[in-house]
Amino acid sequence: MAPLAPKTGDAVFASVDRVNAELFTLTYGAMVRQLLTDLEEVDEVNKQLDQMGYNIGVRLIDEFLAKSNVSRCVDFKETADVIAKVGFKMFLGVTASVTSWDAEGTSFSLVLEDNPLVDFVELPDTCQGLHYCNILSGVLRGALEMVSMKTEVTWVRDMLHGDDAYELRVKLLKQVPEEYPYKDDE
Amino acid sequence: MVALWGGGGGGHGRPSNDPFVCRNNSPASSVTVSNDGAHAGPVAGFHTHGTSDLSRIRIYYHDPKEVKDRDGSGPVSVGLRSIHSERTRSCVDSERKSRDREGGNRGERTEEAMIGVGKMKQYTNVLDKPLSRGRQEVSLSAFAFLFSELVQYNQTQVDNIAELERRLEDAGYAVGARVLELLCHREKGNRRETRLLGILSFVHSTVWKVLFGKVADSLEKGTEHEDEYMISEKELLVNRFISVPKDMGAFNCGAFVAGIVKGVLDGAGFPAVVTAHFVPVDGQQRPRTTILIKFAEEVLRRESRLG
Repeated sequence: MAPLAPKTGDAVFASVDRVNAELFTLTYGAMVRQLLTDLEEVDEVNKQLDQMGYNIGVRLIDEFLAKSNVSRCVDFKETADVIAKVGFKMFLGVTASVTSWDAEGTSFSLVLEDNPLVDFVELPDTCQGLHYCNILSGVLRGALEMVSMKTEVTWVRDMLHGDDAYELRVKLLKQVPEEYPYKDDE
Repeated sequence: MVALWGGGGGGHGRPSNDPFVCRNNSPASSVTVSNDGAHAGPVAGFHTHGTSDLSRIRIYYHDPKEVKDRDGSGPVSVGLRSIHSERTRSCVDSERKSRDREGGNRGERTEEAMIGVGKMKQYTNVLDKPLSRGRQEVSLSAFAFLFSELVQYNQTQVDNIAELERRLEDAGYAVGARVLELLCHREKGNRRETRLLGILSFVHSTVWKVLFGKVADSLEKGTEHEDEYMISEKELLVNRFISVPKDMGAFNCGAFVAGIVKGVLDGAGFPAVVTAHFVPVDGQQRPRTTILIKFAEEVLRRESRLG
């Protein structure tokens, strides 16, 4: 069977079940607040959010591949575009833009102007070190790891800290070669 | 400029369960007016929300003069006055800082500014942003992933099912309190329901429609007890992708939704105990979820007085 043509982010988003973004936003907010109460340290909360994102990313990549018909990307540049235009659109209903490539083509920035996680949010004085959307960086890291790319994802700009956009820096650390045959095939 | 305030019986008697109030030392924790007595009764037309955590839902007066005028006007004036002054100070502070920033080092960003507490703080006030119409959507799987993480995380924090349900309910409660505020403002022209049936149908139709995209399947009155009402849903959104392991007994993730309902009812001045239960349905493989609402005595007393 010939591979199906990859779908655009809009097409996938239109075809999946959707839910009101406010429920999503408020639920995320409630979760962050629980974490803050339980863990007390802002750094711990950042870590926990990243871990949760990672767990999500590991599972989310399956759904992404199944629904978007995207096949193997030829290079990291294509990966970046697919994340920004299909990945973000498909799950969060927003698109990101890819900017600031470095010379080697191994790290880029994802800029989000619209971010459904942060409606109604304002960081109180005690939480200035909190990367409120840290779950997103975890999702990217987890999802990319499942397609053999070890990455490091950090926040560069955050509107909750007064910047003009949300910017995530994604750095490719190494590509893990897939090993054939898998052990359980022997 | 949207100003929200929680005066006039806004505070209610559940601050200790609320994460923010109980852990930080903000003045909001001094507002512990329970929802009984004369001023607790809902007053039609006067928009008073139960804001369980006043420190998070910003009480914000843009104009310091306005603060002076309103100072001491509400029944919870002692608590609110301290919030007023706190907010005024910090809003003047942030205005000054943003002026400073415009003046010179705009665009300059240092590591300290991102991480340090009490360093240069750069926020635009959330209440200055226009309120969204609520049309934005995210994919259901994004929510399902998030909710599953919420449940999994809470599972690591508890020893038993009751505790887990309580924690999910707490998370939902925080959502409910905000949903009430948001919807009263956006859908009801700053009014909220003051009668029992009114608030129930508000939950059953308006809240459900906004959060879950449909009205709830049914709203019934309990047959055995006067104070019990039930909202049933064949397939609750949060339970769609959840299967409960056998060893977890009657655990129902609908506790989260029960928490939302409780948050809405409590905030509106109708304290109630809300629980979620699976109810088997004939001919259906999956049970439906029933949200059982048991109102506090005072609510029914007030309701019969209003006739």
